[in-house]
Parts: sequence; structure tokens; C-alpha cells
Amino acid sequence: MAEDPYKVLGVARDATPEAIKKAYRKLARQNHPDLNPGKPEAEARFKAASSAHDLLSDPDRRARFDRGEIDAEGQEMPPPRPAGGWRRHADAASGGRYDPNVDLGDFGDVFADLFARQRAAESAPRPGRDMAYQLRVPFLSAVLGATEQLVLPDGRQLSVRIPPGVVSGQSLRLRGQGGPGRNGGPPGNAVIELEVADHPLYRREGFDLHLDLPVTLREAVLGGPVTVPAPTGPLRVTLPAGSDTGRVVRLRGKGVAAEGNRAAGDLLLTLRVMVGKPDAALEAFLRDWKPEHPQNPREAMGEATP
Amino acid sequence: MMTLELVCARFQGLAPEELRGWVAAGYVRADAEGEALVFQEIDVARIGLILDLRETLALEEEPLALVLSLLDQIYALRRRLGEG
Repeated sequence: MAEDPYKVLGVARDATPEAIKKAYRKLARQNHPDLNPGKPEAEARFKAASSAHDLLSDPDRRARFDRGEIDAEGQEMPPPRPAGGWRRHADAASGGRYDPNVDLGDFGDVFADLFARQRAAESAPRPGRDMAYQLRVPFLSAVLGATEQLVLPDGRQLSVRIPPGVVSGQSLRLRGQGGPGRNGGPPGNAVIELEVADHPLYRREGFDLHLDLPVTLREAVLGGPVTVPAPTGPLRVTLPAGSDTGRVVRLRGKGVAAEGNRAAGDLLLTLRVMVGKPDAALEAFLRDWKPEHPQNPREAMGEATP
Repeated sequence: MMTLELVCARFQGLAPEELRGWVAAGYVRADAEGEALVFQEIDVARIGLILDLRETLALEEEPLALVLSLLDQIYALRRRLGEG
């Protein structure tokens, strides 16, 4: 659940709209993801501040939040529970399910039932506790899906099926793998929090993967087939001719693998033209070369104006 | 019949661990269905009662057990009177 938006922005509950905007701008400046590359915690703070600002900058939604009608994520809150629901059940014949453990004719001790219950509770089936574990998942296992082994503190090994598309912070629940139950109660569950490792080549955005692909000058100018390291293995891709640095080639369905009804993501290649070591023939060619369409790539920067 | 997860989703601020504790202490009854605990409608109403006692009336754990016991005795007597 999202945090209290007032806390996220660090403003009082009666803050003016201007104060809210000011607090948001300050947080946005400090944490904008584009200004903090490689700092996921800054991106998380930025997102939290944005959604808090979204909620509080709309007077109508802010008022509804203050009245408790919607939560910090803007979801409708359930209506308050009416009191007296128990009475309807307890007065019905089915109320016998909660009959006291003593003979009611014996009014000598109204507390006898309490002690009888405490004794009964000690021998009642008691379900086991949920146990929390952490598992570090290799990047490609989270992309393609895999089965990872988790060694528990007691030495047991659990096989954990990782579905494709999991992200850090997500939890998997393994039924019956938690603490043992007592007196015949069911065992608890193992709750496994995942931490997905980074990858030296790929960057994930949702279900798409991004890869910087170095290409030679010849490949960039003439196009043609190149071999790309896709997550599932080497892939032949034909580059279009005349590709500049920064050009993005989308390989459909080569990103995060499909799971259930969700289609596979894409692999996006961003081309990086590598000029390479000095080459006498290339230099000689370029010195004499008269471009067919002379152009200034810095034109849009307004280089001409002093 | 509702599973433990569904019941916890219905009541805000009720943790599964806590509800299991109530079952273990005998405040709430549950039936075992295979490995899972399931709750009848009356059990869900019971949970609502306990939350009311605890949150609205600010009862601590120990007096809560006493109040539940006394309430159960009163309702058992009411049912008996109703039959007569």
C-alpha cells in the first residue's frame, strides 16, 4: 500500500496547495530518474512523490482522501462495517458453534468457561507460522523463467519455480513450506521475497529489454546482417542501411518471455556506431570525399548564432 | 466458506498471523480443508465482533478473552430462552 501522501511530501495535513506544489517540485528535482541514472531508490522516491502530488493537487480527491473515502493509492475504501453483525448469528440456532464449554445450569462460576477454553485451546490444532525468506534471482532467470534452489536455514532445499517477468520485491508463496503446525494443524507457508540481479548487457523496462549494440561504421552505413546476443542465444538481425548512433531496432517477442495471458516483451537494440582505430585508407577517403547531401548535424543546436 | 486470505482481505488491518493466533486461542473457529483453514459466515461475523471489541472498545487481549466468554454464555442463554 502506498504511504500517506502528506508524509511522502513532508507537508502538514493543512498545507496550502502552493506549499504542496513547492514540496513536490523540490523532491522531483532531487530524485528525477533522468537526473539520477543508476539510482533506483531515487526513481522510487520520484514515483512516490508524483503519485502523492497527483492525489493532493486535485482538491476533490484530496478532500476525499482526508475524509478517508479513498486510500493513498486513490482506491475506494470499503464502507465502515456496521456493528451488530455478531448478534444476528449468535441469536440464531447456528450460534451453537460458539457454545460455552461448561454446563450453563451451573451458575456457580461464570469464569469456568474461560479456563476450560484456555485448556482446550492448548490442545487445539494450531497452524504453523509463515516463514519469510529471500532469494537472489539471476537476471536471465527472471527474464526467461527458471527453477532456482533455495537453501533454508535448517538445511532443507526448496525448488522455487520463478515465472518469467518477476521483479525485485515481488514475493512467491510456497504452500505448506513454512513452520510446522501443532496438534495436527496445517503447516504455514514459505513467503519468498525475490531480488533480481542486474545484468552487464541488458536493462529491463517492464517486459521489454534494452541492449546497446556497438556496430562498425561499415555496418551503420551499408546495413546488413549482424549477430546479436539475445537472452535465448545469438540471433541474426539485418540492420537497415544508413543507421545513425541512437537508432532503435525492435525485435518483437525477444524480451521477457510470455507467461499465462501476458505476451512476451520486446528486445530493443540501440545502435552505437564505433569508428574504431585510426585507418589510413578511411582517412584518405574522407579527406577527398564530397558528400552527396552536405549537412550540419548540429544545425538544430543553433550553432550559427553567436 | 472463505479462506484465511479472503477473510484477511475483507477486514482492513487484520494480519493472517493474527487471525491464526485467534483460531489457536479458540476465539474464532475454523474448519480444516486439506491444508488450509476455511471460515463459515458465522466465523467471519465473529472476527468482526473481535475487531470491534479491540478497536472500537479498545480491549486488550486478556479482557477480550473474558468478554468473549461472557458474551457466549449470554447468547447461549438467550438461545435457550428463545426456545422455551
